[in-house]
This record gives sequence, structure tokens and C-alpha cells, in this order.
Amino acid sequence: MDANFWLIQTFNGVSYGALLFLLASGLTLIFGVMRIVNLSHGAYFLLGGYVAISVMRASGSWLLALPIAALAIALLGLFVERVFLRPLGFDPLRQVLLTVGFAFLFQQAALDIWGGDNLIIQPPPALSASVVVGGLHLPVYRIFMVALACAIGLALWFAMERTRIGAIVRATVDDAEMARGIGIDTSKVSMFIFALGAFLAALGGVIGGAFLGIYPGLDFEVLPVAFAVVIIGGMGSLAGAAIGSMLVGLADNFGKALFPEIAYFSLYAPMVLILAMKPTGLLGRE
Amino acid sequence: MKRIWILLSVLALAAAVAPFTGPFVILLLAQILVLGIIAMSVDLLLGYTGLPSLGQAAYLGVGAYLTAILATKFGFGLGWDFWLVVLMGMAAGAATAGFFGLFAIRASGVYFLMITLALGMCVWGLAYRWNSVTGGDNGINMRGRPKFGIELANDLTFFYVVLGLFIASFFALHLLVSSPFGKSLVGIRERELRMRILGYNTWLHKYIAFVIAGGFGGLAGVLWAHLNGIVSPVDVLLPASVDALLMVVLGGPGTLVGGLIGATVVVFLREYLATMVQWWQYVLGAVYVLTILYLPGGIMGLFKGGKA
Repeated sequence: MDANFWLIQTFNGVSYGALLFLLASGLTLIFGVMRIVNLSHGAYFLLGGYVAISVMRASGSWLLALPIAALAIALLGLFVERVFLRPLGFDPLRQVLLTVGFAFLFQQAALDIWGGDNLIIQPPPALSASVVVGGLHLPVYRIFMVALACAIGLALWFAMERTRIGAIVRATVDDAEMARGIGIDTSKVSMFIFALGAFLAALGGVIGGAFLGIYPGLDFEVLPVAFAVVIIGGMGSLAGAAIGSMLVGLADNFGKALFPEIAYFSLYAPMVLILAMKPTGLLGRE
Repeated sequence: MKRIWILLSVLALAAAVAPFTGPFVILLLAQILVLGIIAMSVDLLLGYTGLPSLGQAAYLGVGAYLTAILATKFGFGLGWDFWLVVLMGMAAGAATAGFFGLFAIRASGVYFLMITLALGMCVWGLAYRWNSVTGGDNGINMRGRPKFGIELANDLTFFYVVLGLFIASFFALHLLVSSPFGKSLVGIRERELRMRILGYNTWLHKYIAFVIAGGFGGLAGVLWAHLNGIVSPVDVLLPASVDALLMVVLGGPGTLVGGLIGATVVVFLREYLATMVQWWQYVLGAVYVLTILYLPGGIMGLFKGGKA
């Protein structure tokens, strides 16, 4: 275990964390605004990857697949939110079961359309190379992932903190009733945030599909990890999601490398402790 | 009381018909009863105490892994000592819940859902990764069911043992929810603050209910291990816990019997329909969605006077 080991593992952890951020930032916004425990979030991740594969088969362009897949899944999320979640009102248990129902439906549909094989999303050649930095071989793709997550994180932060729409969303997170009282259409805010969350999850699916692969069951594998990120960071907090993603990404990588037998336990035990000690997470507001 | 007689008649009918059906049907019936036990344990939490547990499969897993490890590594629990394993499984499930409850009972609402999910994932993480003990992804293959005068390897005999344990569990839980303790659980479900003002230690009430539910989860686990002949991480994965919740919501929370009805539907879809058609999961997903949209009181809620 020399310095290279630590550097490589840290790099891998950070880049995995970048992927987790794409998945968890949407989930945390959805929770913050709508108080929904969305168990179909993993399904949007999976479907995003699958749609991208279809677009790539048809057009051969990865660059085209990325936005099309994300937008298509955002529309799907919009539909589910409008038709099913909105009329349900606030009842955590029923929301959980409803979103699980959709996760199962999407899973079956994906199996019927794309089959049960593990499909890999091939990124363009420019991203498939690797560069040597200080004696370390780093895949360009993972560097790209980190850069993309940073860009999206900054864009989200700017949108939330510096724009009118962001102010409306923040007001809804803080006190939905008061927000309604001053004339904010919180129902529209919810719709917008749920679609944005699905968009980000699908984006994560396309990005992650290059090294995780896309296969049935992936949805329920990534979902609990995303929840770990959201809980550790604090539900509803973007900065929390960023920090949580890094912590979970690093914990996952070092856990698997250093003490493989309890690698997953060491991921979820902190989640339990935070929920028991400080349910609002590291950066959550209450 | 009427409900109990109907339940007993249905179970008696199943017991009478079972010998004339094939091994597959007997297997399905036994699965329904085992999952019925875990569903009743969820109902104790959700239906009576108002605690939606999203990690009940963890306790089933603890009981199942304990049974499998004792049987394969120590050859224990394959004779009369099977009954000791039944008790140990319950104790292990209760002890795990006793430990987890220290964390979970502090939380409420959404946070209770999340913390039970996280606790369930902890158990799954150990089952999946702790290769030297749990066999990792492959799980543990059992080597035959116990025999003590009677041979549980015979599916029909095993079914009757499961039936007996289900009925015992049902009456134990029925007594519990009818007792003053059970009534105060319902009080907590309806309005916890009022119960606290009345002087009830609501934390302790919820904690005890949580531990008892864990014990019955452990019992279901012991039977689950012998029923399937294999224990693997899939048994403790999130969908298993969610299914247990659905069984209760679908059958009717706060009725105990509802859990068995829900278990029947889920086993029919997952184990029977899945062997018949490719598209079975559409039906399962639709059952989830339609239950939430159209069956607020579950199937039991459809019958007038469903509340005893």
C-alpha cells in the first residue's frame, strides 16, 4: 500500500462520488420540496441508460444520446408526478409503495424492451483514453465525470441561490404553506423539481452506464446508496448532497479495498447513526 | 371473533386439501404462511402502532442465516433441537430488533421509514459481503430439513408444522393486540402526544412492539431457511421488505388477518404467475399502484364490520 494506492483509490472514490451526486442531487431536491421518499429514483437512472443505448444504436452519437435520454425521462417523471403522485397528498407510506409500484413497472418494461443482458454505454473515443498525471494512469472518462458533476453542481447552485425560480423553490422547501400564502404555485414547483430530479437521475444513468453497465436490478442497487448520500448530507440540501456524495464515494471505494467483508455495512451504519443523532443530516435545515 | 372462525376454517380447508394437491401447491401454501407471519409482524408495527417499517426483512434474514449457519457449520437443529433453533431464531430476531430499536424508535414519520431502510441495508451489507460467515452472494445451501420421529423433508409434513406455527403466532399476536398493552399501542398510533400526556411511556411501548415484531420476523426466517433450502442476500434485499409492507397495506392494516391475504396475493404473483408468464411484474406493479389509489383500507376494509 504505497502512495499510489491511496491516490488511485481517492481518485476512484471521488469520481464515483461525482456519479452519486448526479443521482442524489435530484433525490434530495425532490425530498426537500415534496417530502416524498421516492423509491423509483433508481428506475429513472436505469431507464436513462437504456434510452441512451437506443438513441446511440439509432444515431451512433453519444453526445446526442445524453440530452435526449435525460429529457425523455424528465417527461416520464413529469407524467408520473402529475397523474399519480400529486393527487396522493402527503402520506409517506403510500408514496413509498406507489413509487415502488412504478419501479417494478419500469423494471419489467425495461426487461421487455432491452432484454436482460448487461449493456455497456460506449463513450466517444476522446473520453475513452487515459492520461498520465504524475506517474498515475487516470482514465479521461472519470476526470470528465468529476468535471461534469462540478459543472452541474455549480449550475444547480447558481439556479437555486441566484435566480428567481431558485428563490421560489427555496421558499417552498422552507415553508410550503407560507409560500402558498404569498402566491407561489407550489404544485408547479413540485412538478418542476420532480422532472428535474428524473432528468438528473437519467443523466447519471447515461454517465454511469459506461463503467457500471446497464442491467436489470441496477435500479435497486443504486437506490439505497443514493439514499445514504441524501441522508448523510441532509435531505433537501444541495451542498449536503455534494459532501455526502464525496463521503459515500470514498467510503465505498476504501471500504471495498481495505475491509471488503464489511464494505457495505460501513456505508449504511453511518446513515443509521446520522438518522438517530441528527435526522436533518450534516447540512440539512430545520 | 367471527374473523377468527373464518380464518380457522380457511386454514382447516387448506390443511384438508393440501394432501390432494401437488408438491408445488404445498410449497406455495407454506410460503404464504411463512410470509404471513412476517406480514403480521409488520402489521403489529404499522397497523397497530403506526410505525411503517421499511426493513422488516432484516429480522427474517437474521433468523434464516442463524438457522442455515447452525445447520451447515455445526449440524445443529436437524433433529429435536429444531425446536431450540425456532426459539433461538425468535430470540435472535428480537435481540437484533432490540439493538436496532435503540436507533429507530427515536425517529418518526419519514425518518422512521429511512432509518429502518438503512438498518435493513446494514444487514444486507453483511449478508452480501461477509463471505466467511454468510457465503456472500451465493448464500448458504441447506442440507436437508430436520427429522425427529417425523420427517420434515416431506413437504406435506413440513407444511403442517408451518401451519401449526402460523396459528400459534396468530393467536399470540391476537392476544397481544387485544390486551391493554395492544390498546395503548393503538392509542399511540392515533395520537401519541395524548398518550404521553396521559402518562404512558410511549417510547417503551413502541420499543417493545418493535422487539416483538423482530422476534416473529426471526421465526419466519427459521422457517424460510428450511422451506427454500437456501438462504441468500436476496432474502434481505429492499424489495423483500417492501413486499412485506405491501402485504399489510393490501390486506388491510390493523387486522392481522389482512397480512395473510396480502401474502397470498404476493406469493401468487411472485411464485406462481412468474412461472407462467413473462409479464408478471406488470401485475405486481399494478397491484402496488392500484392498492394505493383505490384500496385505502385494504381488502379487509372492503367488508363491512371488518373491524372486530
